[in-house]
Amino acid sequence: MSDSHYTPKSKVGKWFNDRLPLLTLANHLTDYPTPKNLNYWWTFGGILTFCLITQIVTGLVLAMHYIADTKLAFASVEHIMRDVNYGWLIRYVHANGASMFFLAVYIHIFRSLFYGSYKSPREIIWILGIIIYLLMMAAAFMGYVLPWGQMSYWGATVITNLFSAIPLIGEGITTWLWGGYSVDNPTLTRFYALHYLIPFLILGLVVLHIWALHVPGNNNPVGIEIKKPSNDTVPFHPYIVIKDAFALLLFLIVFAFFVFYTPNILGHADNYIEANPLVTPAHIVPEWYLLPFYAILRSVPDKLMGVIAMFSAILILAALPWLDTSKIRSAVFRPLYKQFYWILVIDVLILGYVGAMPAEGLYLLVARIATAYYFAHFLIILPVLGFTEKTNPIPLSISEPVLAGSAMATRAVNDDKVEINLKSLG
Amino acid sequence: MKKSISILVLSLSILFFHNHSISAEKVDLLKTDWTFKGLFGKYDRASLQRGYQVYTEVCAACHSMQYLSYRNLAEPGGPEFTEEQAKAIAASFEVLDGPNSDGEMFMRPAKLSDKFVKPYENVEASKAANGGAYPPDMSVLAKARKGGADYIYSLLLGYEDPPAGIKLDDGVYFNKYMYGNKIKMSAPLSDGLVEYNDGTEASEEQMAKDITTFLMWSAEPHLETRHKTGFRVIVYLIILSVLVYLTMKKIWSRVETKV
Repeated sequence: MSDSHYTPKSKVGKWFNDRLPLLTLANHLTDYPTPKNLNYWWTFGGILTFCLITQIVTGLVLAMHYIADTKLAFASVEHIMRDVNYGWLIRYVHANGASMFFLAVYIHIFRSLFYGSYKSPREIIWILGIIIYLLMMAAAFMGYVLPWGQMSYWGATVITNLFSAIPLIGEGITTWLWGGYSVDNPTLTRFYALHYLIPFLILGLVVLHIWALHVPGNNNPVGIEIKKPSNDTVPFHPYIVIKDAFALLLFLIVFAFFVFYTPNILGHADNYIEANPLVTPAHIVPEWYLLPFYAILRSVPDKLMGVIAMFSAILILAALPWLDTSKIRSAVFRPLYKQFYWILVIDVLILGYVGAMPAEGLYLLVARIATAYYFAHFLIILPVLGFTEKTNPIPLSISEPVLAGSAMATRAVNDDKVEINLKSLG
Repeated sequence: MKKSISILVLSLSILFFHNHSISAEKVDLLKTDWTFKGLFGKYDRASLQRGYQVYTEVCAACHSMQYLSYRNLAEPGGPEFTEEQAKAIAASFEVLDGPNSDGEMFMRPAKLSDKFVKPYENVEASKAANGGAYPPDMSVLAKARKGGADYIYSLLLGYEDPPAGIKLDDGVYFNKYMYGNKIKMSAPLSDGLVEYNDGTEASEEQMAKDITTFLMWSAEPHLETRHKTGFRVIVYLIILSVLVYLTMKKIWSRVETKV
């Protein structure tokens, strides 16, 4: 951190800070130079932090009333909904909060994809983000099992059964995960324990994610390295704080609308039927945020290959900083990449849609094409594009307009960037 | 960028509406004017009280409501029987209590704090009495079916003679709205089946509407508070956003960048 020169004004403050530099940290966080051109897509980092804390706080209260027992779980949730003071509010915030969390994380991830925020020197931030995302999916999946409704039970059965596809040891792993020979009480209690643990792991990783962010500083819509601090930056407080607060409030309005007016629209009606191992629901569908991966899983005819494809679809993201060979970060200056980016967005939406449909006929065909395209985007299009794409000239700083002539080039700080500029000018 | 956003919004809305249209599953559900829908939706008190009457005189023969207590009948946001009425309702049922000081179980009249008395001791008993079909518990039924209140209302009025070519076993009935069209519950309602205490004419539609309203309440007993709180929360958030927006504009006016 660059602000080691900071000393507290008061004597007590100095005494304390010499022993535990919390004030230095606070000073760093408020002064942290942030690019002044960050748009609203950048506010989702703050929104996500809010979502995580909301889930932890509401989850804590729910845990005080919930009972992890197959005979009592469903009834304890109804007890929360009916008899606990504002229990319905806490539970609806928690349940819809999961959806809002994923909505925000998808926007956050796709923002990073658009502006190339995963590229050097921010690879570690990106990889930490992918791990957080994986843990979020695990937490959400286990959380959905806890109310012990029909979808909870059968969703858990389908997902845990995936591990049985692993050759030789698969069956053993599944039995080990279940703590028995089917999804039952031992499964529920361990899912509950893990569901309580994972958010705190996520919290720890979020601290690392932000720490890693504060080393190079934020990327920005122009995608160039900027001098910090300079007239391209503003201090985090009050500029970014107030903007994040405004964006968070708008997000909360949407959130509140779901919680108070359509609290069950994102869930599945079958989950208000208590789990019954003898009755299989007509369609077993995961929550909306897992649908694209569910579509990938089902698009492969072989079970093991399907499982591999599904996990690869997420893990491939971790390799993204090296798969994308372009030195230009922001899609603003990459006319071709910009188009492929939007095709990818639509591709993922299509995958989500067919994931909710029965895996047959046209749906299956579309799922297969969309899956193939998903992998092609990362494995073929991105590596090739970096070499072949003719990019637009990038500016030297946020405050200055796009480089007009070579005279300006001498003012460049980073030689690498100039070379790209000149190249792109032809 | 703007163009891309509009593409995104468009594709999302197509997705949403398409999903919507398939969720109705070909057969359009019957609609009626529910008072509990919309931003300010509230339950129709009289309808809830009539609905309770239909439940207790018709449905309760087979369907339990295990998560409801008699006290709920007198709570705000529900049928709002007076406490005296709710006590009288409870007292008309017998519940098993004990053991007493002699170690014996005994029967006593139900109190407000007791759960609704169930028609059968257990699921097996209910199956045995109903040709193998289990009459589902109705506490959360209105949330446990796709289409919710509209679906239940439609189902109650959806009994028809089976189309030519469809043969039904004994004890199986044809219902237009049931999944697979076959249902083991015979048409539960018919005109004048119940004599409403408040003098309302007990037509089939009226009873279907009342019982569905009652089931919606039992599934969402805090719906009225939820709607009321929600409106206040959203108004508060909107006002606060405007204030924060103005503050943000003021602060950012020191920098020549637009926010």
